[in-house]
Amino acid sequence: MHQASIFVELGLVLTVLGFAGGLAGRLGISPIPLYLVAGLAFGQGGILPLGASEEFIEIGADLGVVLLLLSLGLEYTADELIVGLRRNSRAGLVDLVLNAAPGVVAGLLLGWGPLAATVLGGVTAVSSSGIISKVLRDLGRLGNRETPVVLSVLVIEDLAMAVYLPVITALLAHETFGRASLSVSIALAALVLALVLALRFSGAVSRLVDDPSTERDDENLLLRVLGLALLVAGGARMIHVSDAVAAFLVGIALSGPVAEGAREVLSPLRDLFAAVFFVFFGLRTNPSAIPPVFLPALALAVVGVATKVVTGWWAARASGLATMGRFRAGAALVARGEFSIVIAGLAVAGGIEPRLGPFAACYVLLLAVLGPVGARFVEPITRAGLRVRARRGGPPRPPRPPSPPRPEPVG
Amino acid sequence: MDVEETALPGIGLRHDFQLRSGARLGVVSRRGGKREVIVYDPDDPDRVSLSLKLSAEESDVLAELLGAPRMVEKLTAVADAFAGLVGEQLPIPPGSPYAGRPLGDTRARTRTGASIVAVVRRGEVFASPRPDFLFAEGDVVVVVGTPENTAEVAALLREG
Repeated sequence: MHQASIFVELGLVLTVLGFAGGLAGRLGISPIPLYLVAGLAFGQGGILPLGASEEFIEIGADLGVVLLLLSLGLEYTADELIVGLRRNSRAGLVDLVLNAAPGVVAGLLLGWGPLAATVLGGVTAVSSSGIISKVLRDLGRLGNRETPVVLSVLVIEDLAMAVYLPVITALLAHETFGRASLSVSIALAALVLALVLALRFSGAVSRLVDDPSTERDDENLLLRVLGLALLVAGGARMIHVSDAVAAFLVGIALSGPVAEGAREVLSPLRDLFAAVFFVFFGLRTNPSAIPPVFLPALALAVVGVATKVVTGWWAARASGLATMGRFRAGAALVARGEFSIVIAGLAVAGGIEPRLGPFAACYVLLLAVLGPVGARFVEPITRAGLRVRARRGGPPRPPRPPSPPRPEPVG
Repeated sequence: MDVEETALPGIGLRHDFQLRSGARLGVVSRRGGKREVIVYDPDDPDRVSLSLKLSAEESDVLAELLGAPRMVEKLTAVADAFAGLVGEQLPIPPGSPYAGRPLGDTRARTRTGASIVAVVRRGEVFASPRPDFLFAEGDVVVVVGTPENTAEVAALLREG
């Protein structure tokens, strides 16, 4: 009977998620906000509290994080990471500092203590690579010249997370400073190792999961890649280094056609468990806790829009783009999503600040919707703004001719 | 022609170049074979004004359309210098006795006098194929010869 209720509850959750995803597609928004809302509806204090399946959902959520970050690592080749670092390291730094600061300040102002404030800084700093690449693709902007700028900023954020997550994990586990620094050193060393493996030994690593002489066997590949990722992630967890980052690094270490194949076979699993992850976050959040944090979250979201637009504007200008390109870049970066929830989730599991969960849920809900909408309407809004400025500013300044895009290094 | 190559981390590669007509054309190569053909906006050179999303198969078709006839044209231009020579594209039809067999088995040059100078497969051009090159159904064989003996090669590929 217990088993039956688990099935019924899970079936209900997944069906609702499926409809939510379909609705999101029709509305042209990311399904993430709807998954969160579904989680809120199903959790304690929601309309239909789940009981029996919560343990499975919790494990599913952990798997979701591993799969999300493994897929992210698989998306990048080591070359792209290094190019991204080299091309836009300054913009990345501006992005992280400018966007983390409001979160940290807000956390301190709300009286949450330094650790929770640091977590909130992470929540506000990282944009959602998943939502942003989908938006760029849907709007046909993959070829735009501001897109490589946006993507490089995302690369740097992802690399920064590889350092930030171990730090937060260590701090949340109440580690001593020495122990925390050890965790970070291990994570950094692992990052370098993963990059070296991907650049020099990609053949050997790929052979671990796939036999190149035979035609690709999807089942084999799936089992081996997932097995490897879980082994490494689990091992990392045992030594208190972030398992999410471990999965990310496994993804980076795998490259070439194996990475391509692995992405394909993992994609449905990732979709399933990532959805479970968002639902789980919503499950743990009590909906009644949202109204008290709504206004501060809204304020921080507005600030979050402004700081990302400035970041994108600045980074695009540094790459020689014209006004429209700069604002498009800024608007593209606004969306927050999966990584903010991953970071918030760590803190909620650590139990440091009860208001963090609902606050983060609110914040991400707002920006996961505002981001794509803003990206869609940035061009008419910018043009209107420029016209207003031209009318108000007296004799119109001759529009600065767009400087020729800086020649990209070939290869 | 200056082709700019730009990495799109997490997505793929972008190549673009300036056309003599003034427009700027590009291709975004995404993982898994999907391609996007893009044309930049003349008023906002940072922005793509037209973007055609192609699946992997559609990309192959476009590549074939752009590649093979171009090659034949170049060959025809050369052949025109030698009066009486033509360049033909002959497909290996379904049911051809040479599908899956090496080029040498056709003995096309011995039997007809025409020369097989290239094979186009899914948009990729294999120039000067050796006698051990294995044909596959759907390959397009580029043959240079007189109109008569290229027609003989066509019959040969069809019936053997």
